[in-house]
Amino acid sequence: MAAVEPIIRTRDLNVYYGPTMVINGVTMDMEPNRITAIIGPSGSGKSTLLRCFNRMNDLIPTFRLTGEVLFDGQNLYASGVDPTEIRYQIGMVFQRPNPFPKSIFDNVAFGPRVNGFKGDLPGLVEQSIRRAALWDEVKDRLKESALSLSGGQQQRLCIARALAVEPRVILMDEPCSALDPISTLAIEELMRELSRQYSIVIVTHNMQQAARVSDFTAFLTPQGDKTSELIEYGETRQIFTTPKDERTEAYITGRFG
Amino acid sequence: MAIISQGEFRRRMNRRKVEGHIFHALCLVAVLIGLAMLGALLFNILSDGLTRVNWSFITSFPSRHPEQAGIQAALLGSIYVVALAGALAFTFGVGAAIYLEEYAARNWFAKIIQINISNLAGVPSIVYGILGLEIFVRYLALGKSVMAGGLTLALLVLPIVIIAAEEAIRAVPSSIREGGYALGATRWQAIWHLVLPQAFPGILTGVILAVSRAIGETAPLIVMGALTFVPFAPDGPMSRFTVLPIQIFNWVSRPQEGFHEAAAAGIIVLLVLLLTMNALAVILRNKFQRRTEG
Repeated sequence: MAAVEPIIRTRDLNVYYGPTMVINGVTMDMEPNRITAIIGPSGSGKSTLLRCFNRMNDLIPTFRLTGEVLFDGQNLYASGVDPTEIRYQIGMVFQRPNPFPKSIFDNVAFGPRVNGFKGDLPGLVEQSIRRAALWDEVKDRLKESALSLSGGQQQRLCIARALAVEPRVILMDEPCSALDPISTLAIEELMRELSRQYSIVIVTHNMQQAARVSDFTAFLTPQGDKTSELIEYGETRQIFTTPKDERTEAYITGRFG
Repeated sequence: MAIISQGEFRRRMNRRKVEGHIFHALCLVAVLIGLAMLGALLFNILSDGLTRVNWSFITSFPSRHPEQAGIQAALLGSIYVVALAGALAFTFGVGAAIYLEEYAARNWFAKIIQINISNLAGVPSIVYGILGLEIFVRYLALGKSVMAGGLTLALLVLPIVIIAAEEAIRAVPSSIREGGYALGATRWQAIWHLVLPQAFPGILTGVILAVSRAIGETAPLIVMGALTFVPFAPDGPMSRFTVLPIQIFNWVSRPQEGFHEAAAAGIIVLLVLLLTMNALAVILRNKFQRRTEG
């Protein structure tokens, strides 16, 4: 699809929960410094797919995967790969803001601290909060609890927290679904800004959001019994204007899903 | 259109209100009975024993003469044994809870352990006394010492601490752990920096309950051979000892009126000790709760 070396690629990715196959044969390449959106109806395994990219699914006992997920050419599921090391390079923002019950400063400093950062911590924290467009709102209250922030601020704090470990990729799992429209807009602007430096993969159930922010869009939908397949993947503009598959067209025009 | 006519509705409404008032009153009576019992108990104890509670009662050892008998040996014995039991139960209880909640696979084996821990919490305390006598006093040859007593009581309250700590750890949302993992935290770092600080107030509550239970326990310590007449302060973990409930029991069973007063005074000391420890733990808990909730 592109001349640049993809940052994440999947090869024949199949995902199982116990005996049930939930994702079948996903093969896709994600370009660096771009925003890739994964869309699809509820229960289509969007989040499951996203969580394969930082091995977050490892926490689910019945999870099993075949195929490959390559990050910079390295198979994330090869034996001997430490998920902790992957998560250090591939950050994640969750559906509901999940700040730690600690101060704003300590939230952002958590990642650098657990990874043994020995440099200028206050500087790194400030820089990360600035990048998340939150600095002016919190600069005088860094010692206050992160739980005193509004939902939208909490989500930007979670983004700042992810940025503080300088990841190469940021995975966002429906980051705006618990937020009001104004906070959503702020996060979307922020994502555009961040895509200059980071590669972003976002799961969203909001097609307008995918159309607004992403460069590439992947459409995932269940085929028959619970097993989802990647129906179409391409440039967002193409997916939303001239979809090649009629199922994609049906979904984006709201006729199904 | 209503499902019931208005006259019927009013009539029933009145009856429903009366029922509500009756239930309210019954609940109030239940509370008052409890309070009255507690009040009567306190009044009885205080009127019998308050005059005997003074510095010399606290600092004296038991005596054949009731007016000279004091509580020092039992008070120190109780403090030593319970402090030891609390520290041991906290350490092993929280460790076990972390293992069961954070590390152990959710399989039949874990389930069996879980059920057994719940069962252990219901085992009569005297059984723990027999266990303590066999294992600590005889097999490990610790003798009838503070150490053996502390270990026995630690075993007794361990299930309570484990269950409370497990519940506290389980109450920490998994989104917090995931947030930590997503930043590259190891499992241990997520537990130590995220889960435990948030679970700590709940764990502390469990330890309060456990220690309150331990301080009132008599039977297991009698079985394992704590003395009833100890005219010396315990001077270390291997020292022989007695505890407040045993001393009180001993005094109550004497015929002389003077010893009954001493027993009442001993109960007052026990209650004060219990309330002090609980208050301390509640203060600590609130302090940690503020720090994590803010």
